[in-house]
Amino acid sequence: MSKVRVLVGTRKGAFILSSDGKREKWEISGPHFAGWEIYHMKGSPVDPNRLYASQTSGWFGQIIQRSDDGGKTWHQPGSPEGQAPPAGGAPPAGVSNMFVYDASDSTGKPLTTHQWYDGTQHPWEFKRVWHIEPSLTEPDTVYAGIEDAALFRSADGGVSWKELPGLRGNDTGPRWQPGAGGMCLHTIILDPSNPKRIYIAISAAGAFRTDDGGASWKPINRGLKSQYIPDPNAEVGHCVHHVAMHPARPNTLFMQKHWDVMRSDDAGDNWREVSGNLPTDFGFVIDVHAHEPETVFVVPIKSDSEHFPLEGKLRVYRSRSGGNEWEPLTKGLPQSDCYVNVLRDAMAVDSLDSCGVYFGTTGGQVYASADAGNNWAPIVRDLPAVLSVEVQTLP
Amino acid sequence: MIRVELPQHLRTLARVSGEVTVEVTGPVTQRSILDALEASYPVLRGTIRDHVTQQRRAFLRFFACGEDWSHESPDTPLPDDIATGREPFLIVGAIAGG
Repeated sequence: MSKVRVLVGTRKGAFILSSDGKREKWEISGPHFAGWEIYHMKGSPVDPNRLYASQTSGWFGQIIQRSDDGGKTWHQPGSPEGQAPPAGGAPPAGVSNMFVYDASDSTGKPLTTHQWYDGTQHPWEFKRVWHIEPSLTEPDTVYAGIEDAALFRSADGGVSWKELPGLRGNDTGPRWQPGAGGMCLHTIILDPSNPKRIYIAISAAGAFRTDDGGASWKPINRGLKSQYIPDPNAEVGHCVHHVAMHPARPNTLFMQKHWDVMRSDDAGDNWREVSGNLPTDFGFVIDVHAHEPETVFVVPIKSDSEHFPLEGKLRVYRSRSGGNEWEPLTKGLPQSDCYVNVLRDAMAVDSLDSCGVYFGTTGGQVYASADAGNNWAPIVRDLPAVLSVEVQTLP
Repeated sequence: MIRVELPQHLRTLARVSGEVTVEVTGPVTQRSILDALEASYPVLRGTIRDHVTQQRRAFLRFFACGEDWSHESPDTPLPDDIATGREPFLIVGAIAGG
């Protein structure tokens, strides 16, 4: 029977939740890396036991962790024992934590500043890894989206990292500015039909696409309207919260922006709003059903100044028409006095026949639905604030 | 032999308990201690001082013999009690709740 493994990153450690295909009884493992912020964990699609985790701390900086046994044991890439440098001259573990912006004369030198909150220019400063995206084909290749926004790639299982400087160098970099949570590259989507095409999104710069494997990038924000910036239709400067894609429709993207739920059917070249009848179109997460490319899930949040559900009712909204018509899903979710948030990377879907949907809250609950959102139940109720949720469907 | 006391999270990361000891050749300074520490425990690279600038991370401080050395030059020789191992070199995380 198939199994699922839910990877949960929280403010105070990582947790792994496992169940069989019924998704009724769960085993909880953790906390891993107790006391550290785990911004994101994700498994390799081609080697599900290969997991990567972003472990970070305001005190001690960035750590990359890797597991080769499905999360039972972890190590920093480059030094499996966690201490001794490897023989043969390979880089030791400490190198795996190095994210150094490209400063080469040819590609990196002009990339010196971005826009600060007050409109002045500010140097790029590495702070943390927000999102890890393993390659669809190579377990040792993995991408990392960082704050201040840049994209890095490792081709050696996370031992060493190199920036793809064409993103910061696409001429709009000096106009990017941080959102309230920092200037983070939080979304990385690899196109399964085109290994040269990658989508990324940055708060608050917008969405970008490469069609040449990361060498060059272009903003893909036409159609986005953000009333809170000087030019609502600007090429960059939009606070994109998350983007989702169904692998069978790689040209169709769904976006939860700061305000507005958006859709593109031409690989991001043009967007149109599909907020429709949502009670509020502010939110963070968005995801697509594993088997129905037109079925989309969001969790509306009251506003940019009140990051909790409307009326204290935690409701997932589902559209079966690719947007515009939305229905609230409430069965099993708290419908009074609920004031949690659901952060941008904290929703995922499994690929079992009856699609499972999962999300975590800042109140420490992880909810699961084994029937595409019709019925919900908490897997756990009392974790630290949840930063990210990913799920693996295992044979 | 130099004794070094790490914050709890870094002891966990380095998979050690209690104090660690390192050998330093030449002058015993903050820099030479941290160089030796990172050579013995590569997982600590970047966690105490920045990978590139080698600056002390903002929320960490260094103490020797009851004195705060955080803002001293990293190349200033430390007291003999540190160099002889009579006193530990303390790496301390800023106290904060949450």
